[in-house]
Amino acid sequence: MAKEMKLACNVVEQVEAICDKFGNKPGELINVLHEAQNLHGYLPEEMQRIIARKLGIPASRVYGVVTFYSFFTMTPKGRHPISVCLGTACYVRGSEKLLEEIKRTLNIEVGQTTPDGKFSLDCLRCVGACGLAPVVTIGDRVYGRLQPKDIKTILDEVED
Amino acid sequence: MKTLNFEDLTQLRKKAHAELNVRELSYAATSEESCGLAVGTEHIQLLCCGGTGCKASNSAKIVDNLKAAIEAEGIADKVDVIVTGCFGFCEKGPIVKVMPDNTFYTQVKPEDAEEIVKEHVIGGRKVERLLYVDPKTQHTVSDSKHMDFYRKQLRVALRNCGFIDPENIEEYIARDGYAALANALQNQTPEEVIEVIKQSGLRGRGGAGFPTGMKWGFARNYQAENKYVVCNADEGDPGAFMDRSIMEGDPHSVLEAMAICAYCIGANKGLIYIRAEYPLAVHRLRIAIEQAREYGLIGKCVLGSDFNFDVEIRYGAGAFVCGEETALIHSMEGKRGEPTLKPPFPAESGYNGYPTNVNNVETLANVPIILTKGAEWFASIGTEKSKGTKVFALAGKINNVGLIEVPMGTTLREIIYDIGGGVKNGKKFKAVQTGGPSGGCLTEKHLDIPIDYDSLTAAGSMMGSGGMIVMDEDDCMVSVAKFYLEFTVSESCGKCTPCRIGNKRLLEILTRITEGKGTMEDLDTLKTLAATIKDTALCGLGQTSPNPVLSTIDNFYDEYVEHVKQHKCRSKQCKALLTYSINPEKCKGCGACKRGCPADAILGDLRKPHVINPFKCIRCGMCQSRCHFDAIVVI
Repeated sequence: MAKEMKLACNVVEQVEAICDKFGNKPGELINVLHEAQNLHGYLPEEMQRIIARKLGIPASRVYGVVTFYSFFTMTPKGRHPISVCLGTACYVRGSEKLLEEIKRTLNIEVGQTTPDGKFSLDCLRCVGACGLAPVVTIGDRVYGRLQPKDIKTILDEVED
Repeated sequence: MKTLNFEDLTQLRKKAHAELNVRELSYAATSEESCGLAVGTEHIQLLCCGGTGCKASNSAKIVDNLKAAIEAEGIADKVDVIVTGCFGFCEKGPIVKVMPDNTFYTQVKPEDAEEIVKEHVIGGRKVERLLYVDPKTQHTVSDSKHMDFYRKQLRVALRNCGFIDPENIEEYIARDGYAALANALQNQTPEEVIEVIKQSGLRGRGGAGFPTGMKWGFARNYQAENKYVVCNADEGDPGAFMDRSIMEGDPHSVLEAMAICAYCIGANKGLIYIRAEYPLAVHRLRIAIEQAREYGLIGKCVLGSDFNFDVEIRYGAGAFVCGEETALIHSMEGKRGEPTLKPPFPAESGYNGYPTNVNNVETLANVPIILTKGAEWFASIGTEKSKGTKVFALAGKINNVGLIEVPMGTTLREIIYDIGGGVKNGKKFKAVQTGGPSGGCLTEKHLDIPIDYDSLTAAGSMMGSGGMIVMDEDDCMVSVAKFYLEFTVSESCGKCTPCRIGNKRLLEILTRITEGKGTMEDLDTLKTLAATIKDTALCGLGQTSPNPVLSTIDNFYDEYVEHVKQHKCRSKQCKALLTYSINPEKCKGCGACKRGCPADAILGDLRKPHVINPFKCIRCGMCQSRCHFDAIVVI
């Protein structure tokens, strides 16, 4: 595994402040991780060690929680994270084909980021917009009733 | 706002009720009537759906444009624009409703806002092109109560969704909100309230259907210095979105019910465990909690009584298993969400070891109205063993996708054909999947069963949280079973062996079958392995995970056999079993398929029939989607 970049001092301070805010209680671990990921975009190993030290728990427990929940990630996302809904309603209306089209267009697999850092690709299970199935989200925007041929257009529309 | 006491609440309700009168009266409206300032209407309200689905279709912009148009016309004192929760008819969203004539505009676009204001609000003429067209009669229907989608529905848990502004506590109070809590605190003992819930026959809406009153009774019986009320809002079942809609459209009903439950079991702390994927629901809940605190409806000395109760929100982080109550409790404690063996039940030892009562959102939303309208009223709805109504999220290959609420005992046929408007594009109905990854597929022969907890279980499926996915002749049932297994395998927490390894083996066998490499022996193995997993898995997730496999084998055995013996997928979904070719009589040689083929598998000269090289073809279907002449043949 590639050696991770060292966290900037101010990030370390901010993460420590988040732990303090929750009283450094081990029971608040998930809330701490949510805020830390909000702050930094992802949860690299070094950050997990800082949190473990502050909360007085083994780093293995932090790592165990981070890897258990799909919401937490240890790799940086693209500037415009793409999520393809693979909930049942979207699945029966053809979301798998959308996923393949996106993979082919961007030449990345699920969980990867494009080399220019613009897009990353993930799957999710249901955003609750089943009336618009199949659905793809890019950042906060939800695109509904898509067909594979629409993919190129919506990706081209996204500007940095 | 000062904190309320019992008398203040009654006074406030009277005042707020007058405000809501425009809307309450609208139920009497007939479809011919039309309101408008020009025809003498004094006050008009425009309700606009602000649920996640309609927001995705830009409903926020519609609200802005409506407000701007009203401002520009100088009629802001006579017209209100109100953002409500979900109306349920997501297929036709975004929806704008005009009160008091109850006109229901569908698929509204931001640019339609000005016309609605000028024509309808001012002129008193309905905008015909935005009205719903009944697909059977081809006539426009302006009033939702005359639409097939709404006619058979009975909205109890969803009573306020799409009717009130969820960010305004006074609108909830006007609808008898917090009346049940006030009455309980003033006039009833906890035992009496629990007895009413028991009498009503309310059962847990999250999946298993455990009687709610009995659950509260257990939690009450344990003595401890701390007790907790937990609202399970970790709606992980893909395709089900009723809990989200309730929290977005009527968050106070959940808070009120939690307070009532706390009073009953002797707790003073409530926790809402919600998915991080539901930002709008979190936002509305936060506002609701703040308002309830400000009005003294939660917090210290609720309504001036000696009852204390406060609520906190806890976030999930994307793990389906956390819907299981013991896993949910561990997750709230900041741990991995792994379930533990019951007993001890959470009622004895739950959050941080204290007695804890966990109820699902929809269950809680039923509680206040049961107490205000009475157990007998609730028990008069539904079937012998399943009382009340159930919310279903209707999705998949169906004309009217949306959120519906029907009395227990309604048949699948009524739901799919009368409310849902039948299968999309006139295709043939094949199956309906209920209960999500824990449920099963029901077929034509089950359409007339009155659905309740017990009949669904007897038919090999389950109620689950109420997802209902309709499938047509183009859906391969082996692939559907595989789809659910993929979900379970990726969501299995890994703690117990049957679920961790057993489901993985099931998935491998299903994958083999969809690739044409299965044997008849595999079909027997699927059955015995599934039975073993059901009997031995630790929690509800594992115990129900083989249901999609078992129910599809039972109901669609022929299709499995076809995959195995003839290497054929009749729905043309299993890629490995398909062959693509070009019909030379239809092909014009335009080259569209050749240019689109990502595998360079298509050969041919311009204006001459092309051919597909089967060894290079990756069966992606791109050629088929590109061909203008319907010349691609798939067998």
